[in-house]
Amino acid sequence: MKPPTETDLLPDSAEAAAVENPAVGIDQSAGNFSYNMEYAFDAGTGLSEDTIRYISSVKKEAPWILEFRLKALKKFLSMPMPTHWATKDLENIDFQKIRYYLSQGQKPKRTWDEVPDDIKKTFERLGIPEQERKFLAGVEAQFDSEAAYSNIKEIVSKQGVIFVNSTEGLREHPELFKKFFGKVIPTGDNKFSALNSAVFSGGSFIYVPPGVKVAQPLQAYFRINAENFGQFERTLIIADEGSEVVYMEGCTAPKFSTSTLHSAVVELVALKGAKIQYITVQNWANNVFNLVTKRGIAHEDAEIKWIDCNIGSRLTMKYPGVVLKGERARGEVISIALANDGQHQDTGAKMIHAANNTTSNIVAKSISVGQGRSTYRGVVHIPKHLKGCKNNTECDALLINTNSRTDTYPAISVRGDKNSTQHEASVSKVSEDMIFYMQQRGLTEGQAMSLAVNGFINDLARQFPMEYSVELKRLIDLEMEGSVG
Amino acid sequence: MSQLEIKNLHVSIADKEIVKGLSLTIKGGEVHAIMGPNGTGKSTLSKAIAGHPDYTITSGEVLLDGVSILEKEADERARAGIFLAFQYPSEIPGVSIANFLRAALQARLADGEEIDASGYYKRLYAKMDLLKIDRKFTSRAVNDGFSGGEKKRCEILQMAMLEPKVALMDETDSGLDIDALRIVADGVNTMRSPELGVLLITHYQRLLDYIVPDYVHVMYDGRIVKSGDKTLAHELEAKGYDWIKKELANAKA
Ligand SMILES: Nc1ncnc2c1ncn2[C@@H]1O[C@H](COP(=O)(O)OP(=O)(O)O)[C@@H](O)[C@H]1O
Ligand SMILES: [Mg+2]
Repeated sequence: MKPPTETDLLPDSAEAAAVENPAVGIDQSAGNFSYNMEYAFDAGTGLSEDTIRYISSVKKEAPWILEFRLKALKKFLSMPMPTHWATKDLENIDFQKIRYYLSQGQKPKRTWDEVPDDIKKTFERLGIPEQERKFLAGVEAQFDSEAAYSNIKEIVSKQGVIFVNSTEGLREHPELFKKFFGKVIPTGDNKFSALNSAVFSGGSFIYVPPGVKVAQPLQAYFRINAENFGQFERTLIIADEGSEVVYMEGCTAPKFSTSTLHSAVVELVALKGAKIQYITVQNWANNVFNLVTKRGIAHEDAEIKWIDCNIGSRLTMKYPGVVLKGERARGEVISIALANDGQHQDTGAKMIHAANNTTSNIVAKSISVGQGRSTYRGVVHIPKHLKGCKNNTECDALLINTNSRTDTYPAISVRGDKNSTQHEASVSKVSEDMIFYMQQRGLTEGQAMSLAVNGFINDLARQFPMEYSVELKRLIDLEMEGSVG
Repeated sequence: MSQLEIKNLHVSIADKEIVKGLSLTIKGGEVHAIMGPNGTGKSTLSKAIAGHPDYTITSGEVLLDGVSILEKEADERARAGIFLAFQYPSEIPGVSIANFLRAALQARLADGEEIDASGYYKRLYAKMDLLKIDRKFTSRAVNDGFSGGEKKRCEILQMAMLEPKVALMDETDSGLDIDALRIVADGVNTMRSPELGVLLITHYQRLLDYIVPDYVHVMYDGRIVKSGDKTLAHELEAKGYDWIKKELANAKA
């Protein structure tokens, strides 16, 4: 391999910021660098059956997986783009110009010392090894298509917890994998879940045995390094009866001039009495199409909570969902979206009640800045035959500058009179007077806007693990500083 | 000792002239009261000095310690030592007073310098004790759902913490009952020092019983039309503003 040549795309000041490690490593200014890599495995540009056969063969997959992929490709090709309800911007994705698989190998390293230098340097700059030492039970670091590093602390693996990337998961735990894979989100759920099912690579596979409560969070970090690339990780988390796990993911990519596609599928299964908390703080560069399908099934007395922070990207379409399958199951989506100039955050939540006495809670806060656009799109479904089900939905939008746009499509269908729902929505503005008031106390315009935004999401940010709320605040500070003319 | 000089200041809003040639010098240690009927331009004067973007200064000068502040942004003026206690303070939902003040003080430090948290809270609590403000107050979001009196107290607390060179206090007495007024006045009186110049904007004489001014100015139609000592305030209280208006009309005729 050639020695890495750094191609830094930012002026000096941002470079200086990149040197100090951010707390959780999703700082975009720190993320805006890339290495010129030669990839040992490259599926080339464009999508065809051959692309899929290539991916499957380098991964040495079982025949059923190749079958699964090829069927998914057919499904993908047969489905129309959802431009009619979402946005015409989707038409600008050229699937034949994307690279679907790039890697240095299919087996992640267990120690950072074994990770190739340039990849190791990437994650060091993002602060990942340091965080791992400090507060994580395990880390998986994906670089383009495959995990370069994956490790779990011995104390956790001794409890029987499995935390590997999906390529390894399929190879080493096929029975467990197959039992749940594609069951929460079927291939044809939407066009992008079909695409992911055809070309998926990387992502995490987690299994937590009955009664095991993983004390520290497991973290995955998804890094896009290559231009014109599509990242299609596939994550499956199974929390067995009475177990508990917190999973966090962070994502970054450098700012390229051409568009990049990130299209993940994440499936969660919380068996009886289990608890899964899934936290995302992502800060994509504003050329990334981020089209992700996330859903969990909560069995009896189980609880699934999605905490989803979307900052950056050109277009994000993401509606984490919970199917409340067992009695007294609980589902929650806490979502924060920040749409800056040239960005569209189309986010929301889905709660499908399928058993009695299930409860769901959705709190969505969006911030639109300048020309930024944010949309809340939600589905809450409680069928007539159920009783004792409850939903609470709260959507708050904050507008900064008059051009910002916000739309709310709550779509709550609650049938029958034995269930209850509560829905509140608000739109507020950061007024010129409010900014002046803060400036009069000595804050710059950027600091003032940042403080207003942090105040707006304060009640939600408090629910995050410390490291992540600190990081979120930093990201907002950076976004707001950058949005001042 | 610092000094704010306002020289022949003209201020317009949306091409309408509101302040029409106003001159005034406030030295450290002095309290100047400006009184005048509603709509005469008192708030406009204070906001223009503080740098509100809606207010255009068409001519004149404002110097702080001999240096013009008119080219500076509002936040630079604030950091240079100008404090405006607002007639109608803004609400900042979700941001506690403690965090807000901390951010304001942090903004005054050099890049890379961090505020010392324990020192900050010690100072904050000392100022709150001085102003007889309950400890719980600063965990509330800035002005969010505050009564008129609470808003004014919040302004005074900020002023105490930020230690400006010049404080422009716009109708700080409005919305206060007599007890609250006394507390606010006590606060300002304890802050009186050669380091601080105060411009006290008020509609009523009442406040001036508690904060005794060194000078009283009457503002009318964008100008100072009469200046004197505290006895002028009593005269205004007794006779109302019509007396001034008549005097002006006679002078013109
Ligand atoms: N933002 C504004 N836009 C337009 N006119 C304003 C604005 N603020 C004040 N004015 C006008 O300027 C004049 C002076 O107002 P103001 O300075 O608030 O007076 P005072 O504080 O003495 O009561 C009034 O005629 C008022 O209507
Ligand atoms: Mg006024």
